[in-house]
Amino acid sequence: MTAPLTPASEAELAEAITVATAPLSIDGGATRGVRGAGTPLSTSGLRGITLYEPGALTLVAQAGTPLAEVEATLAAEGQRLAFEPLDLRAVLGTTGTPTLGGAIAANASGPRRIAVGAARDFLLGVRFVDGLGRVISNGGRVMKNVTGYDLVKLLAGSWGTLGVLSEVSLKVLPRPETTTTLVLHDLSLRDAVAALSAGLGSPFEVTGAAHLPETGETLLRIEGQAASTAYRAGRLADTLASFGAAEMREGFDWTPIRDVTGWAQDGPHGGEDIWRLSVKPSDAPALAARLPEGAALRLDWGGGLIWVAVPPGTDLRAHLAPFAGHATRVRGAASDTIARLHPEPAAIAALSAGIKARFDPRGLLNPGAMGPDQGTG
Amino acid sequence: MQMPEPRRTVLDRAPHILRRLEAALPGGIITDPTETRAYECDALTAYRCPPLAVALPRTTQEVAALLRVCHAEGVPVVPRGAGTSLAGGSLPTADCVVLGVARMNAVLETNLPDRLIRVQTGRTNLSVTGAVEAQGFFYAPDPSSQLACAIAGNIAMNSGGAHCLKYGVTTNNLLGVTMVTMAGEVIELGGGHLDAPGYDLLGLICGSEGQLGIVTEATLRILPKPEGARPVLIGFDNSEVAGACVSDIIRAGVLPVAIEFMDGPCITACEAFAKAGYPDCEALLIVEVEGSDAEIDQQLRQITDIARRHNPVEIRESRSAEESQRIWLGRKSAFGAMGQINDYMCLDGTIPVSALPMVLGRIEALSDEYGLKVANVFHAGDGNMHPLILFDANTPGQLETCEALGAEILKLCVEAGGCLTGEHGVGVEKRDLMTHQFTAEDLEAQMAIKDVFDPNWLLNPAKVFPLAISASRREGTDLRGAA
Repeated sequence: MTAPLTPASEAELAEAITVATAPLSIDGGATRGVRGAGTPLSTSGLRGITLYEPGALTLVAQAGTPLAEVEATLAAEGQRLAFEPLDLRAVLGTTGTPTLGGAIAANASGPRRIAVGAARDFLLGVRFVDGLGRVISNGGRVMKNVTGYDLVKLLAGSWGTLGVLSEVSLKVLPRPETTTTLVLHDLSLRDAVAALSAGLGSPFEVTGAAHLPETGETLLRIEGQAASTAYRAGRLADTLASFGAAEMREGFDWTPIRDVTGWAQDGPHGGEDIWRLSVKPSDAPALAARLPEGAALRLDWGGGLIWVAVPPGTDLRAHLAPFAGHATRVRGAASDTIARLHPEPAAIAALSAGIKARFDPRGLLNPGAMGPDQGTG
Repeated sequence: MQMPEPRRTVLDRAPHILRRLEAALPGGIITDPTETRAYECDALTAYRCPPLAVALPRTTQEVAALLRVCHAEGVPVVPRGAGTSLAGGSLPTADCVVLGVARMNAVLETNLPDRLIRVQTGRTNLSVTGAVEAQGFFYAPDPSSQLACAIAGNIAMNSGGAHCLKYGVTTNNLLGVTMVTMAGEVIELGGGHLDAPGYDLLGLICGSEGQLGIVTEATLRILPKPEGARPVLIGFDNSEVAGACVSDIIRAGVLPVAIEFMDGPCITACEAFAKAGYPDCEALLIVEVEGSDAEIDQQLRQITDIARRHNPVEIRESRSAEESQRIWLGRKSAFGAMGQINDYMCLDGTIPVSALPMVLGRIEALSDEYGLKVANVFHAGDGNMHPLILFDANTPGQLETCEALGAEILKLCVEAGGCLTGEHGVGVEKRDLMTHQFTAEDLEAQMAIKDVFDPNWLLNPAKVFPLAISASRREGTDLRGAA
């Protein structure tokens, strides 16, 4: 392996890509277990918060800025990244430092995604270098912007295959004063999804809706100012009374749910493959019934996100045929027959390939990171 | 406003093309000039051109059939929702077919457990909420034209509204689309599940101004209605202080659903028109919060405490639905009030909230320089400005002066760290200003997307990009698009 490239500025990044003649393996902190083949190119040298205006709820930072640094800066002003980017280091056994750009390139969103949106929904602007070394800017740092095409959304979740992010602007939100979690016990999967749906469909602003069959807990999170949180938690418990008495946990930490730490590499499901399914929440119970025997699962996003642990090499997609949605293999050995990302229908795959060919005609950026067909231009 | 010369290849073969369109949609093609005139412009009425024909399909399959004909014959297609675009997004050319979705307004599915609704895109914005309101839900994006505007146009322009600070804009509330490409292929993006398995093409389609495909059906996120909402009205004796107050409210961790701003000239006009009883002052904020009665009281208390530190001339907290209505009355009639006293042009640039005092000062100076009055009314929470330039269309030269002043104000927004358009779209109106916000390479990257979806540049081709830079693609002399 060649020595990694670590450009220290956007200009150096552009230069590195312009002169490259062989594929580049792009990463931020290399914590998300996805990397293309090629010479490593890390954005870790592009570091620092460029602009932070708490009164405008906006933050602009270089892509390689550690997430922890961004979160600490926001916390000091009573704000946060509302999309709750998940950290997969425990699950994947990786050891790097998660970066802001990496979270954006992976569109990494946690439990609050169901209520407030994904990383892509908070991304206001990007600067990136495409596969020909061109520096491109799109979006900006204002919340409402419909000037030209929205390449911002396109870049979020593109895993470095269309361009290497150099700078991102984000909308941030206030950090609430208090958090209360309502816990219902021992519900069937069907009842659990119904309870989560009733909570999310209530006016009480549920910002987390998960079900953990391993512990028999169904959890709904309420956040806000103290009096308001207490009021809404009480009203929510009344609304859900038919599902049993709710236990209230003040300040319960959702990080283990977000990061699926129970399925860490060194834990009980350590040797298994982990999948992440995105489906319509009400499809979750029927879909769970089709999973291979012995599969472990946990639900987030009101049932719309299903984490599944199965024996290595299981092709989970084969079980999901009647359902709309998609399945991503998060952990598991690379396979020729089981793609990491859900295959797209031919017409959509053709559009995606067309976009890739125009942004990276030489096929240099993270080849293979978004599937076996990707990266050859 | 320059538009491309109509294609001779289309005009010369018009009878043949119209026969093929009629065969694709029997009885659904309008060609009579007295009828096509109704489609010669949208809400940007200064520019007009009757199209070659208007097609009003009822189904996705009919849209596909029409597009296949236009694709085969090289006929430009201008998509049209309800024709409420203020940016000329649906302005036709003489060689084009206007493809309107007005007859496609059905609700296809209402799914309360998953909090979504699937509609044909000709349905109006407000009637989406109307379909789920009785069950306690609503569709959040609320452009001020919501009574008339169609979801198709909302998706094309990524429409916003007054409540974006909390609920986001169209793209944050759009779960999926059924779309027909210019070649007549029907594709599905997204749906009841979240996020894309590959590239976020749904995010790319939203806000693409009808240039990448025609969206015929949409899956929209609906939300449970809050228990209640009430505003407070706060008057200041200068705009700068009002701007500082907005910033302090946001910084304090309160997240109002709306923060609306009106300046002196706007307040005076609204007061004369609507008699809402607004205080006589230089700047007025309307801040609305949601929740239970007790939650609303607490938030309003917090907001008024902050406001008091800025020496307001008046604070009027709503205590009832009637009082709320009175507070909103003037703001909601702002555009009508302006229309009573003058012709006006409504701009739509967005700026960082922190730049508000500087931008308002510069607008005032520009207004003096050009000799036209400007009234400001805007969504202060998200920095989306709506300066209204007042002019007299009957005085020769005033429209041109007004356009020149408008361009200067939009350039100022970009210079201040903002953008040309926050929610109306580029259309033809701001097309030629795009080079002030983007470099040649930025625009090239965007046009490359159109090359992928519409290699022959037939869909709404003369919009968004300056004509000079899109010419080779539109005229078919650039082979980059030929895939």
